[in-house]
Amino acid sequence: MSEPLLVVDDLHVTFQIRGGRALRAVDGVSFAVRAGETVGIVGESGSGKSVTALAILGLLPSRGVTTSGSILLNGQQLLGASEHDMQDVRGRRAAMVFQDPMTSLNPVLTVGRQLTETITRHLGVKREAARDRAAELLDRVGIPEPRQRLKNYPHQLSGGMRQRVMIAIALASDPALIIADEPTTALDVTIQAQVLELLREVVRESNTALVMITHDLGVIAGICESVNVMYSGRIVESNERHHLFASPRHHYTRGLLASVPRLDGAQGRLVPIPGSPSDVIAWSDGCAFAPRCPAASDACRGQAPELVISPEGGTLRCVQPAPLGMPVWSGR
Amino acid sequence: MIRFVVRRLLLLIPILFGLSILLFIWVRALPGGPATALLGERATPERIAQINKAYGFDRPMITQYLTYMKRVVRFDFGQSITLRKDVTAELVRRFPATIELSMAAMLFAVGVGIPLGFMAAKRERTWFDYGAVTASLIGVSIPVFFLGQILKWVFALKLNWLPTIGRLAPTRELVHHTNFNVLDSLLALDGGALWDSIEHLILPGIALGTIPLAIIARITRASVLEVLNDDYVRTARAKGLRTSTVNRVHVLRNSMLPIVTVIGLQTGLLLSGAVLTETVFAWGGMGQLIAGAVLDKDYPVIQGGVMFLAIVFVLVNLVVDVLYAFIDPRIRVS
Repeated sequence: MSEPLLVVDDLHVTFQIRGGRALRAVDGVSFAVRAGETVGIVGESGSGKSVTALAILGLLPSRGVTTSGSILLNGQQLLGASEHDMQDVRGRRAAMVFQDPMTSLNPVLTVGRQLTETITRHLGVKREAARDRAAELLDRVGIPEPRQRLKNYPHQLSGGMRQRVMIAIALASDPALIIADEPTTALDVTIQAQVLELLREVVRESNTALVMITHDLGVIAGICESVNVMYSGRIVESNERHHLFASPRHHYTRGLLASVPRLDGAQGRLVPIPGSPSDVIAWSDGCAFAPRCPAASDACRGQAPELVISPEGGTLRCVQPAPLGMPVWSGR
Repeated sequence: MIRFVVRRLLLLIPILFGLSILLFIWVRALPGGPATALLGERATPERIAQINKAYGFDRPMITQYLTYMKRVVRFDFGQSITLRKDVTAELVRRFPATIELSMAAMLFAVGVGIPLGFMAAKRERTWFDYGAVTASLIGVSIPVFFLGQILKWVFALKLNWLPTIGRLAPTRELVHHTNFNVLDSLLALDGGALWDSIEHLILPGIALGTIPLAIIARITRASVLEVLNDDYVRTARAKGLRTSTVNRVHVLRNSMLPIVTVIGLQTGLLLSGAVLTETVFAWGGMGQLIAGAVLDKDYPVIQGGVMFLAIVFVLVNLVVDVLYAFIDPRIRVS
């Protein structure tokens, strides 16, 4: 196996909130992504997955935020790099696709302008050449009549089109890494599939590493090779996708799976995870998921479970995991 | 766009028509009349009646109005009673002075206000931000006549850096083609007169521009703060654009809409006569003309002046609306 392109190691992000309290949004997250690989980070809102993404690109606000750990992109330390250096990394070597294409494009600039400004910034080409490249990119992401579209404003395009434009912008300078933060959440179901297919194509053709951040296990199933499940700032389970889906061990992962509707109706009734992500205890006082966990016992409280390598591959942070090979939907 | 402009210009007609009626009634409702003002101590009932008859003020108001309007539609606002001059000519002669002063004030207000508001937003909740907000609060609260006198006292009398009143040194000779002193100096290729005109503009410009400056700074700050949190600004940063490009292309341009609105409104207000500033600095513009006319009950000057300013106000707002379309393409479509 080749060296990983992106190595995130023991990443901590702490927000200083008013009144002096500190919020640990990301609490010791580690994972790695190789070129041509797609890694998913899945979790409910507030689990710290988006903050992880923003931290990788250095897009977190500078005030009131402390970070520690290590983020290596091709061996270069990104955590603590100067803003000036990060501006050369962002969009050039690591690009990002955001959730809502309605608001993520500047409404007062043409699509062409927003594409070419990235191209001229990083590739150092003249305006004419940048326009050619922009049209090429729109063509590549499947937008018909790309030359005409360059003159359009975002509000003249449909949601799916706009997300394609966002992806085209991300591809502008052939980045080695793309981070997609809920890229399909704001789109219609039919468009979601198209956008995922496009991302998959990009990864295959350009050998790009893709970090897919989502709360939607359907998206993970469709595109990721391996998955990290996050809860309350920590990874609670990670594994290759087919292992994770076949035999989820952590009760949070199982809960997420049980709450996904299946077309074949195999799960019977949909089972939501009880409670909300705000019903947590601090990791220092035990497992943060314990208040919502169906299998929680006294062993889960008092001390945080460690993230351990499970014998059948992957990692797991649970003292009372579900037995191996127990499917989520059986017996219902 | 052309249809929009034409429609707005046509809308001016009913506005001015209504305004003319209101004005006509309002000036005649003022206590006293032109005759009393004109005669002062020498006023006797006979002489007042004599003057009223001479100007036609003894006739029924509807007749007076119709006679007046017959001339107004030909852009003839009549004769000033106290100045004994053609009102239209007087307005045309004085308006450049007001424009020049307003432009100097707006230049100061925009040139300082936008950067100040922008920097305050970028440094939200720091001492710079608190300082800027406090300063702008003082700025909107300070009376113009007071600020004008203070500026004069410090910079003209104590330090003797700048002239106290007027638009040009009394000894300077300048051929007036346009009545814009800066422009006339340029046309005459007279560097001395140019500098002289600019020197005279500084203090009144600052006095008049302080309130708009404070308002513009506050609106800019609020607008930039809002835009800074928008997703497309994060996108711009994620593209690796330089901070200056993000600020210029994505933040400032998108926060311009409310800023342009206040700049337009404030420009309209300044053009419609900075009475206090013009009085403190003996500027000789529209403000002074109309303020004097109100005191003298000089009906034709009040009516003509206010109608003229109403036209200016509507035109300035029209320009602002057209600018919107240039700033935000979404407005262009609808």
